[in-house]
Amino acid sequence: MAETFRIPAVRRGETTEEAALKLAGLRRDYGERTALDSVGLELARGETLLVLGPNGAGKTTLLRILATLLRPSAGEVRALGCSIPGEAWKLRGRIGFLGHEPLLYRDLSGRENLRFQARLHGLRGEAADTRIAELLAAVGMERRADERVAELSAGMRQRLATCRCVLHEPELLLLDEPDSNLDAEGRELSRLLIGPGKGRTRVIVSHDPERFEAEADQVLRLEVGGKMAVQ
Amino acid sequence: MTPSRTAFAAILAKDLRAELRTLQSLPAMALFAVTTFVIFRFGLDRTSLSGSLAAGVLWATLLFAALLGVNRLFVAEREEGGFDAIRLAPIDRSALFAAKATALFAYLVVLELFVVPVFALFFLDSAAALGPLLAVLLLADLGLAATGTLISSMAVHSRARDLLGPLVLLPLVVPLMIAATGASEPLLAVGGPGYDRFGTWLAVLSLYDLVFLLVGYAVFDFLLED
Repeated sequence: MAETFRIPAVRRGETTEEAALKLAGLRRDYGERTALDSVGLELARGETLLVLGPNGAGKTTLLRILATLLRPSAGEVRALGCSIPGEAWKLRGRIGFLGHEPLLYRDLSGRENLRFQARLHGLRGEAADTRIAELLAAVGMERRADERVAELSAGMRQRLATCRCVLHEPELLLLDEPDSNLDAEGRELSRLLIGPGKGRTRVIVSHDPERFEAEADQVLRLEVGGKMAVQ
Repeated sequence: MTPSRTAFAAILAKDLRAELRTLQSLPAMALFAVTTFVIFRFGLDRTSLSGSLAAGVLWATLLFAALLGVNRLFVAEREEGGFDAIRLAPIDRSALFAAKATALFAYLVVLELFVVPVFALFFLDSAAALGPLLAVLLLADLGLAATGTLISSMAVHSRARDLLGPLVLLPLVVPLMIAATGASEPLLAVGGPGYDRFGTWLAVLSLYDLVFLLVGYAVFDFLLED
């Protein structure tokens, strides 16, 4: 007797078991120039995607689209079950973004910057201060946390930016050259915050395949002109 | 979603703290205003002004001093990545508009606390007009803060922001300036303050404020999109 299988009904918009990232036919143009073309992939929750490619291949553009900071020109983009840009507002607060800029105010101290970010993400009072103190200790910045960001070295700003990125315990980490400006100690410490595990999905952009390849579940290679390959 | 009130308070506190620490806007605005009064005093070669001339000198000076604050309002957001940080947060973006407009309003009030007495010292025979002038100043400041925040958020993305901001803002604030000088003129008349059509001009100022606060609230979200 043949077994019968029933495919469970999934309502539109339901997020259970949905891929953390789903891209299909993604394109982004800047005027006449195409930065990304026909990018497609699926990444399960908790997995790591490594994005490689030369300068100008569209790696940062891809990351900014996933962070809801740029709109795609065409194609389907879904992150954590939300469509981008249509449901981008649902994603904010669930993403940790570490870009080329540390997104820190130079005239405020590191601790003041993190307190400001914490308030924007709804963390306040003792809970916020405890979380900030933990993060600063994790990256070895507790003694320099009350100095103005303008007075800190690029490596120290990157450590603070790493704290900012994970402050609100995001589900999806978007990391653009997360090791830039960091010394060996800084790389090891920041790995504690943005390394694999903890069930977070990660997208890492890097010029250094050897550094992150071992952690990657998928590798997306982008080329100038928007072409791509997934491994 | 973080409550708008929390986001508003966080952004406003951040801006005021940064200004208190660096004094990048207010001292420049005050110095500009006082220098302009000195130039008017010697340029017009008069020790006393009244009526429309006094109102014109006061409002032209305050407007151009305000432009210095308007131009700097979003510079940190643009140059230090604040726009991205705020766009990544689960907040209603109109909280940014409200906080920036409130910060600019506060700068203008502090500026006027210092430079309006200097204006009175240089040009007025008595200080009797300063009391009722307060209502005109506050309403005009509100309009300047709403319009200035809106235009500054657009101009800051341009490399020519120092030119573009005033170029777009000045035509927009013409009605505000007409109403502010119209309300100030009888207050600064020879022989003490008068109140001819004072209420009408205050109503025009209030309407202008309301329109631009609503426009700012409605469109600010779209201005932050790429």
